[in-house]
Amino acid sequence: MPIEVYRIDDRLVHGQVVVGWGQPLALGFIVLVDDQVAESAWEQDLYRMGVPPEMAVHFESVAGALSRLPAYRLLPDPGLLLAGSTAAMRALVEGDPDIRHVNVGGLHHRAGRSPRLRFVFLDAAEEADLRAMRARGVEVSAQDVPGAVPVPLDDLLTRSGG
Amino acid sequence: MSDGPRAIVAAHGDLAEGLVSAVSRVAGAAAAARLMPFSNSTLGGAELVDALRQAVASTGAQVVFTDLPAGSCTIAARRIARESPGLAVVCGTNLPMLLSFAMASTGGPETWRVAVQKGQAAMCIAEEGARAD
Repeated sequence: MPIEVYRIDDRLVHGQVVVGWGQPLALGFIVLVDDQVAESAWEQDLYRMGVPPEMAVHFESVAGALSRLPAYRLLPDPGLLLAGSTAAMRALVEGDPDIRHVNVGGLHHRAGRSPRLRFVFLDAAEEADLRAMRARGVEVSAQDVPGAVPVPLDDLLTRSGG
Repeated sequence: MSDGPRAIVAAHGDLAEGLVSAVSRVAGAAAAARLMPFSNSTLGGAELVDALRQAVASTGAQVVFTDLPAGSCTIAARRIARESPGLAVVCGTNLPMLLSFAMASTGGPETWRVAVQKGQAAMCIAEEGARAD
């Protein structure tokens, strides 16, 4: 099965991922890509405990994900890849030409970020990352849950909140 | 009856505010004042932890009630609990659970253990709704 969703979400594993996307897509696994979490058993335990037992969580650094993504795509169940930042997802896109769609699922309020949607706040570097992904032919859109209408990148970058 | 918040209710959207409002309607304002509602709206992972940590510190709460076990509020609360042993985190919060906790005369561990039992006991199928075809 392919990895169904490549998602940027600064909350990493949380309700929208596990329940909102996990149930309708019948996700069998999540690949959580974060260099810090990949090196911390404590962090991994924290995220794993929130996931139902039938859903596996694989913790990867960016480099590890790039080397093992082909193998994850051969797993029998649908999967979701989760990165906590635009920079991490950009690195994945630049290293793996099979990523064709990127879902901006949640980048929340933080100093220096400007509101684009209720669940998307971006700073200049993050906007540049998203544009760079799109420049490689990747479809980038913002969508928090499956039932919401995806907001394409061009539309997203013209918005000013709400 | 009220001696300030003794617990944080942390949940998605407006759920915490709604639950505490419901406690006020059922048990009175003094009981509701023992609960501080907290929403994860618009907060990223790190910001959520900071805000919840501040709420716990400002109230001296010994317990955080959350909604989803997999939710960002639970993950944030567990992160704080690991830094601050003694803080309890209770998931799957419902109104009967909060009523039991907020109406108790004390706020220690036995109080939230009993509250969890009350919350669990309140979940049932009150009418099957099955049709005899």
